[in-house]
Amino acid sequence: MILAIETSCDETAAAVVQGGTKLLSNVVATQMDIHQKFGGVVPEVASRHHIEQMTVILEQALTEADVTMENIDAVAVTEGPGLVGALLVGVNAAKALAYAHGKPVIGVHHIAGHIYANRLEKEFEFPLLSLVVSGGHTELIYMEEHGEYEIIGETRDDAAGEAYDKVAKALSLPYPGGPQIDRLAQEGKDTYNFPRSYLEEGSYDFSFSGLKTAVINKLHHLRQKGEEIDVENVATSFQESVIDVLVDKTYDAAKDYGVKQLIVAGGVSANKTLRARMEQRFAETDVELTIPPLYLCTDNAAMIGAAASVEYHKQNYASLNLNANPGLMM
Amino acid sequence: MYKFTTINENETQRLAKQIGEKLMPNDVLTLDGDLGAGKTTFTKGLAEGLAVKRTVNSPTFTIVKEYKGRMPLYHMDVYRLEDSEEDIGFDDYFNAEGVTVIEWSQFILDFLPEERLQINIKKIDEERREIILTPHSDHLNELCKELKL
Repeated sequence: MILAIETSCDETAAAVVQGGTKLLSNVVATQMDIHQKFGGVVPEVASRHHIEQMTVILEQALTEADVTMENIDAVAVTEGPGLVGALLVGVNAAKALAYAHGKPVIGVHHIAGHIYANRLEKEFEFPLLSLVVSGGHTELIYMEEHGEYEIIGETRDDAAGEAYDKVAKALSLPYPGGPQIDRLAQEGKDTYNFPRSYLEEGSYDFSFSGLKTAVINKLHHLRQKGEEIDVENVATSFQESVIDVLVDKTYDAAKDYGVKQLIVAGGVSANKTLRARMEQRFAETDVELTIPPLYLCTDNAAMIGAAASVEYHKQNYASLNLNANPGLMM
Repeated sequence: MYKFTTINENETQRLAKQIGEKLMPNDVLTLDGDLGAGKTTFTKGLAEGLAVKRTVNSPTFTIVKEYKGRMPLYHMDVYRLEDSEEDIGFDDYFNAEGVTVIEWSQFILDFLPEERLQINIKKIDEERREIILTPHSDHLNELCKELKL
């Protein structure tokens, strides 16, 4: 049984997970309302709120799981990537707790967590491919076995979620931009024909910076000419460009690598259109598509516990020198 | 002050690569320009000159990304630190025997070292850019003198 902590960005979260697949409790305190005022996450504010929330959330996670520290085998924590000040709160809480109760500590990569969120829903079938899309990541990760990750594609500039946030800002929509654009896109049509960046043949990498610039330039030109901007159509056109590329590249990679399972993970996997299009594209294949329920798409500690259980079995423990690593590689 | 006009993305990246090849440990560079001016492209060139193998992409989300090259490259986007007056341990990066590149440096002016290379990218049209280099140390001035398009 693992007690897990996640504080890499703006959610303070703790959870208890049994055997890597069973969720006993999952507590998340979000700071969304606070950061909405600033139009994005403010690191210093985030750290302060993590500190305020940490002990309350930990106690709640244990109470809801109906366990005490006695029953816990290891304490897991996100060690990176993320905001350094935010990560430090979780890492230090985990180390203090583990030291006080004589339990091992396990450091977890945030992205491994997003992938393993799916194992709380459905057992993995290898080889598998995972598309991780969020505000900070756009990656295609290939796995042949538990705990082994190979990045076969990644963004060369902006993450998909970052492009959503920046375009939303250019349209004066509130933060976070993703859900706003997805909502507006349901009402519009793809009329602006924004570019789709596939990069060179055979590449599984992504690029969203050119699309972001194209949208911003278009808005700028329309405003200069005093022409009307159809916000719904801009949202649809932008979203279609992003999703076409995500779905096509993922489909090609899944086919080329002959995977049995495809996992879509990360905050952007909450996007309705992305979910629908992935389901549509993979319906006629033998690849099993898994998209986590909404509460496991966004940052949470349950996923960190699920990923940690694999490391627990390998006795892959961290020492008490474990530190926050904002640029941690997989 | 040194001015260069580059005719396309490739040339911009080549100029950046030349700078990257000449950088020394603890050099600090500020990199400013509008959205779409090519700050990421420029940093990719710098990284190439520093023999970084990994893909350099946006650091906006985590504020700092770290890369291994012939010395470490710290790529920062401090856009989200606007008005927060937060010191995320800048000196630790500036003195870590690596190269630090900072986008949106106007938000952390108080923390910047005096000796630094100021880089401004201006968009002339879709392809062409004006690159203005303002070195604030003898070594960085020598570096700029040697650059050729």
